[in-house]
Amino acid sequence: MLRNRRHLLTIMATAMILSACSSTPERPLRLLTHDSFDVSTAVLEAFTAETGIEVEVIPIGDAGSALNRVILTSDDPEGDLLFGVDSTFLTRALAADLFLPHRAAGLEFVDPTLIPSDDRVTPIDFGDVCVNYDRAWFADAGLDVPSDLASLAEPAYAGLLAVQNPATSSPGLAFLLATIERFGEDGAFSFWERLRGGDVLVTEGWSEAYYGAFTHASDGDRPLVVSYASSPPAEVLFAAEPTDSAPTGVILDTCFRQVEYVGILASTDRVDDARRLVDFMLSPTFQADVPLTMFVFPARSDVALPDVFVEHAVLPQRPITMDPARIDAGREAWIARFATTVLR
Amino acid sequence: VIRPGRGTLLATLPLGFLGLFFAWPLALVLGRGLGVDGEALLAPLLDAVRDPYLRGVAWFTLWQALLSTALTLAVGLPVAAVLSTLDFRGRRALEAATIVPFVLPTVVVGSAFVALLTRLAPVVDLRRTVAAILLAHVFFNVSVVVRTVGGLWRHLDPAPVLAARTLGADRLRAFLHVTLPRLRPAIAAASAVVFLFTFTSFGVVLILGGPGRATLEVEIHRATSQLLDLRTAAALSVLQLLAVVATLGIYDRTRRRLAARPLARTATSLRRAAGPTDRAAIAGAVALLAVVQGLPLLALTERALRVGDGWGLAHFRSLGAPTREAVLSVAPAVAVRNSLLFATAATITAMIIGTLAALAAVSGTRAGRLMDGALMLPLGTSAVTLGLGLLLAFRSGPLAGRGSILLVPLAQALVAIPFVVRTMLPVLRSIDDRLREAAATLGATPRRVWREIDLPIVSRAGLVAAGFAFAVTVGEFGATVFVARASNPTIPVAIYRSLGLPGQINLGRAMALSVLLAVITGVVVLLIDRIRVGSVGRF
Repeated sequence: MLRNRRHLLTIMATAMILSACSSTPERPLRLLTHDSFDVSTAVLEAFTAETGIEVEVIPIGDAGSALNRVILTSDDPEGDLLFGVDSTFLTRALAADLFLPHRAAGLEFVDPTLIPSDDRVTPIDFGDVCVNYDRAWFADAGLDVPSDLASLAEPAYAGLLAVQNPATSSPGLAFLLATIERFGEDGAFSFWERLRGGDVLVTEGWSEAYYGAFTHASDGDRPLVVSYASSPPAEVLFAAEPTDSAPTGVILDTCFRQVEYVGILASTDRVDDARRLVDFMLSPTFQADVPLTMFVFPARSDVALPDVFVEHAVLPQRPITMDPARIDAGREAWIARFATTVLR
Repeated sequence: VIRPGRGTLLATLPLGFLGLFFAWPLALVLGRGLGVDGEALLAPLLDAVRDPYLRGVAWFTLWQALLSTALTLAVGLPVAAVLSTLDFRGRRALEAATIVPFVLPTVVVGSAFVALLTRLAPVVDLRRTVAAILLAHVFFNVSVVVRTVGGLWRHLDPAPVLAARTLGADRLRAFLHVTLPRLRPAIAAASAVVFLFTFTSFGVVLILGGPGRATLEVEIHRATSQLLDLRTAAALSVLQLLAVVATLGIYDRTRRRLAARPLARTATSLRRAAGPTDRAAIAGAVALLAVVQGLPLLALTERALRVGDGWGLAHFRSLGAPTREAVLSVAPAVAVRNSLLFATAATITAMIIGTLAALAAVSGTRAGRLMDGALMLPLGTSAVTLGLGLLLAFRSGPLAGRGSILLVPLAQALVAIPFVVRTMLPVLRSIDDRLREAAATLGATPRRVWREIDLPIVSRAGLVAAGFAFAVTVGEFGATVFVARASNPTIPVAIYRSLGLPGQINLGRAMALSVLLAVITGVVVLLIDRIRVGSVGRF
């Protein structure tokens, strides 16, 4: 035991001495992301082969926590770039002055509505948060699927919807914003009062709603759940037994668009390498990889979508959107009002 | 035998560890939230206390923790009684099985409970009730009572009970007047741990109670991770810590009122089960465990086996490879290897620090007593606060970045140490000093006394503690995910990643991985429990 103790002391003493030294220059370029990020191994290797730059991907929590973590450590962050700031948190990120300006190559192929006025962030992908429904459940119940956002509060659909808490969940916040944009603030909260009267289920995060309450994916009792427009193709791709038809559908009128951005952290000493990575993330190689690794749509409109997306994913023609500045100004008050209206 | 000077020396390493990996990181976080811009240090605290909503949260946190602790004791004590007095076939396996729930990720347990409560709903609808939270807390924590109390119980000298029985006391009377008083130190220790665990409960409350119900831990998490409101987060962390210190104060007073009783010199008070009374007692314990722990585990296994509309092993077979060749996709085999490596390193660390701490605490010096309580503090501290603190404290240097391979087991050990100390202390305190004196009188050197008297008892308690520490660390998620890197995913991390995407395969993999985690834990704990050190059992 004594020997072990001395050994541990040695480790800890060495640790403290070494921590005074600076880090080595030959480290890989570090891409901080939210937990839902992924990229095919071959795609990232292609970047390294082309540029000689090694990339380390470091997931640091869900979208909100990842940004907050970078803000809290902004004097000495854990990485060189941050991916995954979305439109709902864009203003907070810009206000914290985290990023360097960069105009990425390939931006001309991106739908102009996705490009923010500020050039400190680059759009990489977008996705729509929509209410999903369990096709089999509605067929068995002989009930029509709700046609639009407003009808979700009708008595016929009481006890059927699961949403996420906007205080802790990115899709939850998006859905709350959708109702505010559509009905106005007061209208939205009277809509939420009616949903509460109809026993809406609020869960902490997406997994708890989808795998804990949604009838298609759990033993729960909710055939309507706030999820993504890309969830039906994922259900086909990840079905236990091969299938041609998606077991779930999307109510198009409820969709709220989220755009995800990447930014170069101002504190990095690898600005040129970071710029090359951003350009790569907007290149056709990376963009074509986005649908099946992250289940979102590529920002570039000139890359082909995989078959399962073409067949089973729907893109709403007029998704609900909200100006990032308005989101930032209202977010906390709306979350608080949601808590008093729906939760307490 | 342990001289005061040595007690202080023994306490140095544990206190240093605690200072470096707990106190300093915590101070960094609290410093960012309190007393900023010349504001009075107490102002955020007063604001939090004045907020009627937060007062309600604090009250709910307290009463649900008290009720959870009481219920866990009510289930755990009868089971501990059977497992530590009666020997029967399958006893060890049953004891190892009670610890399995401990390692399961809360989101998985939540899913299993939802499945169970949905089926139960036509009879009694417990969905999204406090009852569901309490049931889950009992499910998780029963093993704390079974192992802590059982660890002491089976070393009790059976002679006084036999004497009482001979003098005409019935079983109940003999238990209440002879056995129970001697068990009190362990019961107090188990209650303190269960209380701290449920007081800082997070995932269970969110998933089973719904977001309408929140504990202080939930509010700290929201303030830190989502609202970026470190002022409120720090204030709530301090309040939580004060409550924990108060609990530990009460525990310490209780403990000191209870004088340690001598232990049996025989290895165990276990006797072979015989007769209908014994068989009924065993059946009762098994039935109790089957309801509070077996049913949710069964629901979990059923989900792992469900493929489409039927059942099969497809999800288990799919664990051989990642779902796709992507950077953050985890090959389950790699996650299993990482989990075993990290948990082993963390268990060894926790055992070294925890044993030194327990020895120092039992020496009765001031440093030892201080540490007894201080080492419990990490259990009662918000995981998100501590995680953020570790992050701020070790951002550069070898303990950060790639060196986080070192930081992961250290962070995990922080959570496991209180278990090691709690398990060992009641046993250490109960070693009969007369045994040592007798050995010394017979001419044994202090070293020999230690080897012949203390070591066998210490190592037996140590093995129980090691099993515990392993189970705690192999399932640890909060600290791990905060400091671990993507290149080193553990099983719980792989489970969470699987649950991040829609599709039956993803859910099936998560559930199959959970079953695998449960089985690995059960087997390892069973193996640790079977280890025999030196002359244990025959002295």
